[in-house]
Amino acid sequence: MSIEVRDIQKRFGRFTAVDGVNLHFPEGKLTALLGPSGSGKTTLLRMIAGLEQADSGMVLFNGEDTTHVHVSRRGVGFVFQHYALFKHMTVFDNVAFGLTVKPRRERPAKAEIENRVHRLLQLVQLEWTANRYPSQLSGGQRQRIALARALATEPRVLLLDEPFGALDAKVRTELRRWLRRLHDEIHVTSIFVTHDQEEAVDVADKIVIMNHGRIEQEGSPEEVYDNPASPFVFDFLGQVNRFYGHIRQGQAEIGDWTLPSPEHAEVANAPAVAYVRPHELEVHPDSDPATGVSLAATLADITSLGATIRLELVAPESQEPIYSELSKEAFVQLNIQTGDTVWLRPKKARVFLQPRQRAAQAA
Amino acid sequence: MSAQHNVRSVNPWGRRLLIGLALLMTLVVIVLPLLAVFAQALSRGWEVYVQNITDPEALHAIKLTLLAAAIAVPVNTVFGVSAAWAITRFRFPGRRILQTFIDIPFSVSPVVAGVMYLMLYGSGGWIGGWLEQHDLQVMFTVTGIVLVTVFVTSPFVARELIPFMQAQGTEEEEAARVMGASGWQTFWRVTLPNIKWALIYGIILCNARAMGEFGAVAVVSGNIRGETNTLPLYVQQLFDEHNMAGAFAAASLLAGLAVLTLVLKSLAEWKQRRNLAKI
Repeated sequence: MSIEVRDIQKRFGRFTAVDGVNLHFPEGKLTALLGPSGSGKTTLLRMIAGLEQADSGMVLFNGEDTTHVHVSRRGVGFVFQHYALFKHMTVFDNVAFGLTVKPRRERPAKAEIENRVHRLLQLVQLEWTANRYPSQLSGGQRQRIALARALATEPRVLLLDEPFGALDAKVRTELRRWLRRLHDEIHVTSIFVTHDQEEAVDVADKIVIMNHGRIEQEGSPEEVYDNPASPFVFDFLGQVNRFYGHIRQGQAEIGDWTLPSPEHAEVANAPAVAYVRPHELEVHPDSDPATGVSLAATLADITSLGATIRLELVAPESQEPIYSELSKEAFVQLNIQTGDTVWLRPKKARVFLQPRQRAAQAA
Repeated sequence: MSAQHNVRSVNPWGRRLLIGLALLMTLVVIVLPLLAVFAQALSRGWEVYVQNITDPEALHAIKLTLLAAAIAVPVNTVFGVSAAWAITRFRFPGRRILQTFIDIPFSVSPVVAGVMYLMLYGSGGWIGGWLEQHDLQVMFTVTGIVLVTVFVTSPFVARELIPFMQAQGTEEEEAARVMGASGWQTFWRVTLPNIKWALIYGIILCNARAMGEFGAVAVVSGNIRGETNTLPLYVQQLFDEHNMAGAFAAASLLAGLAVLTLVLKSLAEWKQRRNLAKI
């Protein structure tokens, strides 16, 4: 089932949590709502579930207006960050809950319920826990039970609110891979909320990046990672270096760099920031202005990250330390030491006009 | 553990002094008077004791006390659960004011509570005048006793539940609703099992107070023997008449009910702790 929200808005007192969002969640896909805390992603998810009422706008399931349908009639599955398992019930009763609360004429027979619960427990590989209580399970196991419970009523859509947020790093990675495989098996339209960009890129078919209640960008993981639409997305998806300079008629002048910036051709002269990812920043021992190796920096620190080396550099065009990442072999060939002056060239850079508040910050 | 151990080794005498003091105070202030009640009640032998507590007036006082509790406790259980539910599960204007109002019966002296009801329901009172015209009397009747008992004991269940339900959060209930459970199903199958022990604890405290209330009941009962006398009032009356054996016998009944309540309370606490330990 496909889901759509139209111009949806939600305020809590004076705080606008979701500010006029339009989105389409394609059928059978796993979509990540990604953003920092307070960006409105959880509120959006809860409005889709019906746990929160929108102030204005619409929620559509398969094109049908669902905005005023009660949460218990929407047929969604919801997984909470802190599992929300019923503490006083066994795992079996937890998973069976959604089936046992159905009105008598829709309720499956006892044997059928038993059958279905066992199949679900098999699906999450926790059949042996049927008679245990949630308190006797680990966090990862509890979340898998919560997922089985959410799937028991055969929901048309599965919503997950920071499902791995309360787990430690290793279990989190395992579980998200497992969720991806599970989704490939059952293909239910799924939306999950996360603040972890790595998790979103790793698991989702589509990523929606939110900030201050609005959508910054949506697209496939590759699209958003390779072509961030805004400085915010650039910052949020992985580490990035910022170089400050000016744009003059389609050319960005950052120190001694001249970067083509055709999308700003009409700008006469404005402050600008060039964003360069650490693995796309070349370091050379000597300058070569003809090929663009022209920005001087001082090598401040060298850190080994296993197979890659991270160089910390200082240059006047950036207030923050600059990072470059390269392979160990490439680093050995450079033959440079801390304190040396080196020369930089971006393999790839994105230039954005500097918003006023950003300019004030930099000054 | 290590911190405790340190305190122990640094100043063993301070620790012993404190424990000794606490035990002594408990003995002198609480245990001895309680024992005195039972000792005095039985001082003229078992037969006199039985005679005293089977006196028709005593029996009537017992019945009335149990009746007041039997009405006040269920009423305040329903009230407490609804108030706690409303306050912890919804955001609405006046939520804080409601929470403050619930505390009023705790902060107002019971005698004042009694006088308030007298003003309101007594002859010439705001409601009392109207009731009189319709030949209904509330003050100096069983109805009045039940009314003030309900007032005085109204915060117990709500007070016990509100912090507990706040700490618990709403996620389990939300999970139930998402899975299609109705409001009732959610309450009976998810909320109630979760708050069970806190609720029982609140009910026990409410019951103890309902049976023991003196001040408010004294004002509105009119002390009509064999009609509007509850056990605490009856004790006071016998005492005023210098019927010591009778007073202590009746008091021992009240004390017995209190001890029984405490035992039940400890049981509830123990159960709750065990339940929490399981989680």
